Amino acid sequence: MPHIKAERLIVEFPIYDTTHRSLKQAVLHATTGGRIARDAGNRVVVRAIDNISFEISKGDRVGLIGHNGAGKTTLLRVLSGIYEPVSGKLAVTGRTATLLDLNLGIDPDATGYENIVLRGIMAGLHPKEINERIPEIAQFTELGDYLDMPLRTYSAGMRLRLAFAVSTSIEADILLMDEWLSVGDATFSEKASKRLEGLVNRSPILMLASHSHVLVRKVCNRVFILKHGELTEISLSDMPGGPVADVSPAQLLPAAR
Amino acid sequence: MNTPATKVYLGLSEARSLHAAIEDVTQGLGMVHLWGMLGWQDIKQRYRRSVLGPLWLTISTGIMVGTIGFLYSKIFGQPIRDYMPFLAIGFIVWNFLATTINEGCTVFFGAEAIIKQVKLPLTVHVCRVLWRNLLIFAHNAVIILLTVLIFEKGSLWPGALALAGLVLIAFNCLWIIMILGIFCARFRDIPPIIASVLQIAFFLTPILWDKAVLGIRGWFADINPFFHLIETIRAPLLGAAIPYASFGFLFLMGLLGTGLAIAAMSRFRARVPYWI
Repeated sequence: MPHIKAERLIVEFPIYDTTHRSLKQAVLHATTGGRIARDAGNRVVVRAIDNISFEISKGDRVGLIGHNGAGKTTLLRVLSGIYEPVSGKLAVTGRTATLLDLNLGIDPDATGYENIVLRGIMAGLHPKEINERIPEIAQFTELGDYLDMPLRTYSAGMRLRLAFAVSTSIEADILLMDEWLSVGDATFSEKASKRLEGLVNRSPILMLASHSHVLVRKVCNRVFILKHGELTEISLSDMPGGPVADVSPAQLLPAAR
Repeated sequence: MNTPATKVYLGLSEARSLHAAIEDVTQGLGMVHLWGMLGWQDIKQRYRRSVLGPLWLTISTGIMVGTIGFLYSKIFGQPIRDYMPFLAIGFIVWNFLATTINEGCTVFFGAEAIIKQVKLPLTVHVCRVLWRNLLIFAHNAVIILLTVLIFEKGSLWPGALALAGLVLIAFNCLWIIMILGIFCARFRDIPPIIASVLQIAFFLTPILWDKAVLGIRGWFADINPFFHLIETIRAPLLGAAIPYASFGFLFLMGLLGTGLAIAAMSRFRARVPYWI
């Protein structure tokens, strides 16, 4: 059963290339970012995740909100195992997939098909699994013969289509997403949104970091607020922003306008 | 879908575990399709849109070896049919080692984009660097075979022993890349130091000159790991006496180094993503 349990997680980044004092004082007063402190060895560290505990079970759709630098992406990386916590305990049951960066593993000189394979392999698929998915991915992108051309001949929108199609062809128990992906022109954007919703609905657990309260309200059933690396859970009804009527995620995509 | 497994991450003080390090290494080595493809892609990327493609590797090395071989055989007053194969093998193996070691320094912070986006064993990146350089070596090995054939050096046996030498070299490169990668991720001053050391080592190692010129000071080559790394390939191919000592040296160095690499991995593996 997919499950995440975090107990008193702490993540600190050592900063090796600053001269400390003045910067330290300057940043302590800032409103964004994690807390800056010194560790036992008197190095400057940024505490990005500060002593947080939570439990997420199957069916939970967690929206993660907070201002820039509050620790949202860091928390997603911790949950996916990229950053191992400095202290605390984290137990993750199930296959995790991360949608952090659409451009992971994209090689502009390789053809569309080669890029599908490259990206798929990096996302943890076996070459066999990818080959099975190629027709479906190719069809979704609507790029046709362009898939035999090097990626550098693509327009920005075409690249996004490809990257999006591959990134969302994964299956996972736990889906960790940094911002709702938005791609392409109006019609494709709607199609993309459907695909994304399908992926989200298939994943037993979702954690979505977003700045859009409206989107979180629409997609999620739990809300975590991160502030200076500290986490508080609030109920959906307590979310800032007031009630919002039926809004489909597709309508929220800025690129669609 | 696989049955969900539970992964537990404990705080760093507890995460410095031998178990996690060994798991990283075994899983990483096993992901042949991943590092195989990435390494291959690296080569393709470098030579895309060029007519001769990777053949340039072979050609430029061939010209280099041919020129230096001709020049130095005159300077040293050695017959070209002895000097040319000697130089070709030493030079090409050296190039492989030097590039692999230099690129080993950047193995992790060069792969930052991947490391920060997907959880993969660090060993995957190590294998990618080694594999990429082995592929380049394979291109240059054509020159080695050509000179050996043209100047009628060596024979099938013990020439085939060179393959065993290559395996030992690859084995040693793995731990070297891993250790350098970890420490260079943390201390960015190490890569230039390594690069300078390698430059000097090129002249201190019997590559342009033969160990025989050292006479009774042969120990100077015997304590040089680079000499043994090269000798395990060069001696069998030239039909010289089988360098048992070099094979033994590399084997022991590999075991010791792998032990050190595992120890470094146990201690610092989880820190690497924080450092890059």
